[in-house]
Amino acid sequence: MAEVLFFLAAALAIATALAIVLVQNPFYSVLALILNLIALAILFLLLNAEFLAAAQVVVYAGAVMVLYIFVTAYVGGSDQPVIPEGGVLRTIAPFFAAAIFIELSIAIVGSSLTMLDSSGGEISAGFGSPAQIGELLLSRFLVPFEAASYLLLITAVGAIVLAQRRRGLEEAEL
Amino acid sequence: MSITWFVVLSAVLFAIGLFGVMTRRSPLVILLCLELMLNAGNLALIAFARGHGNADGQIFALIVMVVAACEVVVGLGLIVAMYRRRIPIDADAASELRG
Repeated sequence: MAEVLFFLAAALAIATALAIVLVQNPFYSVLALILNLIALAILFLLLNAEFLAAAQVVVYAGAVMVLYIFVTAYVGGSDQPVIPEGGVLRTIAPFFAAAIFIELSIAIVGSSLTMLDSSGGEISAGFGSPAQIGELLLSRFLVPFEAASYLLLITAVGAIVLAQRRRGLEEAEL
Repeated sequence: MSITWFVVLSAVLFAIGLFGVMTRRSPLVILLCLELMLNAGNLALIAFARGHGNADGQIFALIVMVVAACEVVVGLGLIVAMYRRRIPIDADAASELRG
């Protein structure tokens, strides 16, 4: 059962990842990313990360992607050639990506971690539950938690400053 | 279901995202591909957390999700600012600061 679910979710994740990169219209790329996030949430569930799977669907695929869709609709996704000409970077990109993948695979498969061949260590009953994550966040990881909240506050202010209308500048350029 | 499968899948997704970041010209799609890479990293973190039977890696992944959300908000704010000032939405055209 777990195997079937894994291969279905993995196939969906890889197909939608390719769609993000290879589809011309940015709007379809955003929709493909939403499906990709849901496929990843299924994989998180298979790894006993219940809370993160829920957060992934609600916060990521829900809230963040709405922002993407609004901006794509506002800016107007123009169709562009998927792989434009020019640039050494674009010519070597496929080879570079393949090289990174092969290198990572050698590192993963070649490592002598016995953990990788098992289906995971012993876990307690509440592993990955909201209760356990919340307890860890408010005890051992209190400082990262507070730092993350400050980061979010600064980002919210920064985004408003970046996207606000600056009358003087705009009229001068028109 | 061994953990290796999950980690190799995360490597595949990371490589696809990297390919997108290097080839696409629209900053919107580049941001989407960055999301893909960050999520591949998250998958690896959660797979290792499961492998060790320790939930610390899940906290790490949660913080990565927060940072990814911040990155999206600032990136989209920049794209909206570019649009308002009628700068073409194209990573190749925005090269004024190139050395």
